[in-house]
This record gives sequence, structure tokens and C-alpha cells, in this order.
Amino acid sequence: MPNEIIVTRRGLLTKLAVLFNGLIAVALAVPIVQFLLSAITRGRGNAYLSWVPLGAVSDFPEGETRLATFRNPYVTPTDGKTADTACWVRHIGSDQFQVFAINCMHLGCPVRWFPQSGLFMCPCHGGVYYRDGARASGPPERALVEYPWKVEKGQIIIQAGELPTPGGSAAFNRRTPPCA
Amino acid sequence: MRLIAKIGQWFDHRLRLAAPIREAAEHPIPRKSSSWFYVFGSAAFTVFLLQVVTGILLALIYVPSAAEAWNSLQALNHDVTLGWFIRALHGWGSNFMVAIVLIHMAQVFLFGAYKFPRELTWVLGVFLLLMTLGMAFTGQVLRFDQDAYWGLGIGASIASRIPFAGPAVVKFMLGGPIIAGATLSRFFTLHVFLIPGSLIAFVSLHILMVLTLGINEWPMPGRLVKRTTYEREYHELTKREGEPFVPYGVWKDMFFAGLILLAVAACALYFGPFGPTGRPDPTIIQTVPKPDYFFLWLYAVLSLLPPSLETPAVLIGPVVVILGLLLLPFLSGEGEKSWRRRPVGVLTVLLIAVAFGTFTRMAEFAPWSPHMNAWSGDPVPERMILHTTALERQGALVFQVKQCRNCHALGGTGGDRGPALDSVAVRLTHDQLVRQVIQGGGNMPTYGKNLSPPETTALVAFLQTLHPSGQAPARDASREVVLEEGPEKLTGKDPNGPQ
Repeated sequence: MPNEIIVTRRGLLTKLAVLFNGLIAVALAVPIVQFLLSAITRGRGNAYLSWVPLGAVSDFPEGETRLATFRNPYVTPTDGKTADTACWVRHIGSDQFQVFAINCMHLGCPVRWFPQSGLFMCPCHGGVYYRDGARASGPPERALVEYPWKVEKGQIIIQAGELPTPGGSAAFNRRTPPCA
Repeated sequence: MRLIAKIGQWFDHRLRLAAPIREAAEHPIPRKSSSWFYVFGSAAFTVFLLQVVTGILLALIYVPSAAEAWNSLQALNHDVTLGWFIRALHGWGSNFMVAIVLIHMAQVFLFGAYKFPRELTWVLGVFLLLMTLGMAFTGQVLRFDQDAYWGLGIGASIASRIPFAGPAVVKFMLGGPIIAGATLSRFFTLHVFLIPGSLIAFVSLHILMVLTLGINEWPMPGRLVKRTTYEREYHELTKREGEPFVPYGVWKDMFFAGLILLAVAACALYFGPFGPTGRPDPTIIQTVPKPDYFFLWLYAVLSLLPPSLETPAVLIGPVVVILGLLLLPFLSGEGEKSWRRRPVGVLTVLLIAVAFGTFTRMAEFAPWSPHMNAWSGDPVPERMILHTTALERQGALVFQVKQCRNCHALGGTGGDRGPALDSVAVRLTHDQLVRQVIQGGGNMPTYGKNLSPPETTALVAFLQTLHPSGQAPARDASREVVLEEGPEKLTGKDPNGPQ
């Protein structure tokens, strides 16, 4: 009986048991993977972004660039102070603004505004930007990220909610800075 | 004594561990391998045990919540009895562990111990190195202060540059859209469960393989490794001149491990714990984030790479390095073991060591970073404004107020981003100075829009006074000709052309 395939009861039961566990593993893997990727899937379609107020327009004198802070629109109960975010608001004139992310477009360190020289400087690797956010010198490859803004009822509000990074999400990268 | 022996026998009758433990302890090692060069692996293991113990102790107090972590670290430092010392032991243990793992790796490489049949031991070792570095980085995040917060921002910025998947990878890494509660929980899981769990599994296999394959024999120049004969030769060597690991080799390992523990404790006692620095509040932007010691070299590399090379280097570089390390035993699995006959190997180790040392040293004073407070903190040296005109003094004021000092040093203080300007007048003429100030260039921003014409005039007048007393300032010879002979003499003929 050279070609006869011998199927024993125990052998078959073992194979069935492996198959049974395999099916259960796959069934369990679906919710586990969904859970793991929830940070990504939750933010689909810019769901993390919303409009947040920065303060009254009168808080930002014309021709000046001032630091503003806001609470991130998406928070969890354990965030503490980390959900507070800073940004630079430049009031160009009348109702024209530019709102810059605090994060240097090299590696995300917080840039500081120097009104005397009219430059943003980064303390980490020496990235420098002009008053309109355009890259001036140093290692950054692009201009500071700008938040979309609008003025409503005397309040300046911006669309924010995600950490601005050089690779950036589409919502930020659509806007090309004016002088870049 | 008989009672103890009896209890021991009772347990061993059930556990059956005495025989394999004795066999492992008495496995033969070549006589020359009981050397002070072979103690780094066991020292790394000992520090790992210290990290496990101190880590568990810290977890008794530490709260892995973005809102509370910093406060719990303060409590450890100031309120909990000897909390500062346990933190210091864990922090210094981490530094020692990275250092010893690197030394262990260099020694294994130089002694050819990665060659046949120990390739897999090396490969596991590469993973152990990566995990050790992973522990160092995630541990720095758990010390949840300003450096940790902005360090995560740097990690996110690098991850965001991955083509296509970048933004998704950032959200996965942060556990949400921003660096916040979920991020710390994630890194806590990595630091306390995932990486240590894998470390324990890999370390066990790594040590098991050292026991089963035997410790590397002392490399003799000219004794080549061949796949066909090596194992028989090693077996003969251990039979001829082998000695049991316990007690012939073990005492050196134990003394060295004890010495290392003592050194960790001494550093912990003398230098104390690391941080935490300021509260991890992203609205506090007066911060100069810097990574921990073993990542300083990376901080330097990231600022010295040309911008166009940075993304490829950061994304592809690590892959190439890790692949190279993993493939090493398969590319040179046979042949010469002794470092005396492997000049390229020795030079490679030296080059890497010097490069790491140089980058780390540079990162300690970070010449590429502007000195953010130089303009308000560092005065212009008095001797530079002695006997100057009102215009030149006004220029010195412009120089200070426009934050030129943040990047340019005068009298040895100020930023190193741009060149020191103590003798700039020797290098640049009046016209060149004006052009450089207004148009920038060579990595200097243009100041044309930020300086009024009188300010520029004053600034350049001041810069022209900056030359050593015995050395004349640079002059533009053609300009002098024009001024002396009058422009009309030059018109009509090309000044550079044939006479």
C-alpha cells in the first residue's frame, strides 16, 4: 500500500484543533489590531482638528507677533498640562493674521520670536525663520507651519489639534506659506 | 547541615535542576579564556539585573500619567526616603549598561568571537544592543520633563519624514494627535513590559548559546577558523587544556561585576539622579532641549548633516548600520580571529570610537545653536568701544540689540553659529560688510528688512573698527583708485582690459 494516505483519528483531531485555534486567533486579532491602530483610524478625515479660540483680536496689537496658548481640542483625562499648546500670532494689519506653530520644522523644538531682529530662532540646531515664517537659515527645509485662522465675533480662532511635524499631515501641508 | 542537605535533596528530587546547573557551572573553558578581557558580558548582565531591581522599586512610586509623572518624580527625589538614590542608581545603571554593552561588542568583534559557529550569538547580541538603546531612550521619556517632551517631538519629527506612512506612524507612536497622556502610557508599556520581556528572553538565549557552544578561545594569530574543522579543534582544545568555568573563570567575572556595581553606586551617590528638568508644559518655550549622554552624538549629527541629506540619512542610515551588523558574521564567518592580523577591523573600531567621541564632545557645547540670551546677557567688551565715534557706538548698540550676538561671538562670548567677529574688518571691506548685513548668505539671514539705513550705516561703522591694532582693515583697492583719480578717468576704457 505505497500510496495510501493514513489518516488516524488522533492525527485528524490534532489538525482540527490547530485549525480551530487558528480561527479563534484570527477572530481575536481583528479587534486587537483595531484597538492598536485606533490612534490612526480615529483621526481619519482630519477628525482630530477643530476650531479653537486664541483670544480677542485686541489682545494682538497690529504689527506685533505674540505668543498665544490654547487647549488642544482633542484631550484625554491623563493629559495634564501636555494638552496645552503654544503658537505665535502675527497681526499683520487690519484683519490679516498669520498663526505659526511653535514647532521648528527641523525637529520640532519650540522656536522663539525676537522682535528686535524680526526673527524666529530655534534653540536646538539653529533653525531661523523670518517674520512671515519663511525659512531664513539653518537646517530646516521648509517654512513654519501655519494654522488656518479666521476672525469671528472679535475672536481669532484657529484650526488645530495635531502636532505639526515636518512630514506633516495633509491639512497643514496644503497651505504654502506666502514667502516660502 | 544534614537537614539543609535533606531539604535540598527534597527539592531537587522534584525540580531536577542540580545536575544541569552543575554541568553549566563546570563547562570547560580554554585556559587562556579565563581572562580579564572576557568579563564584559557578565558585567552587562549584572547591571541589567540592577536595572530590573531598581526599576521595580521606582515603579512602586512612579505614576505613568502625563499629568502626574513629573510630580511623582519630584516626590521620589524629595519626599520618599532614599528615592533620589534609587533614581540615581537606575539612571547611572542605564549609562553604565549602554557603555558596557558597547565595550562588550567591540571586544567580541576584535577577538573574532562572532565567527562560526557563534553567528547567532552575535545576531542576538545586535538585538540586545538595540533593546538596550531602546530602553535608554524610553527611559528618558519616562523621566517626563521638558527634555522628554521635546525629545518625543524630535522622534515624531523624524518619524513624520517616512514617505507616505509618516503622519500615520507619528499618530501610532504618540497614541493620538499630540504628545500627551497616551504617549507616556505607550512608552511606559515599552519600557516596563515589551522591551524588558524581550530582553529577558534574548539574554537567556544569548547566555544559553555561550554555554552550549563554549566561550571563544583566545585568538592566536594564524589559527584560522574553518567550518569543517573548527568544532573538532575547539573540542580538542578544551579537552587538552580546558578548565571548569567555576572556579577558574568565574572569580574574574564576579570581581569585575562587583566593581561595576560599586562604580554605579559611587556615581549615584556623588552625582545624584538625572533631573527631572522643568515641568513638561509645552507652553513653556524658554527651554533648550538636549538628549541624554548616549544620544548626544545623534544630536550633533542631525545638525551637521546638510539639509538635503538629512531625511535619507536618518531614515536609511539606521537600516544600513543594523543590516551591516547582522550580516557581519555571515560575510566573514571564517578565517583570522586575532585583531593582530585584522587591521581593517581595528581601524573601523577606532574610527567609530573617535567619531562618536567627537560628535558627543561637540554636542556638549553645541556650536550650531544660537545663544538665545547672548544679546541681553553678554555685553560688548569695553575695549571695543574705547575711543570710538558716536556713530560707531551707535553701531555697537545696533549690534547688540539686533541679536547679532546670538550667533556671533565678540571677545570670546556669544554664539558660535556664525564666525567670531573680533577681527571681521580684516576679512571684509566696507562694501562687503554692507552686502553681508543686508543680504545675508552663507547661512546668515538677510537683515535688510530689519535694519533701517541709518542702523546699517552705524552697524557697519562699528564692524569696521573690529581689527587687531597692528593690522589694517581690509580695503578695496579699485575703490581707492576711483576716488583718487576720479571716475571720469576710468570711463571709456575697461580697467581690467589691455592697456
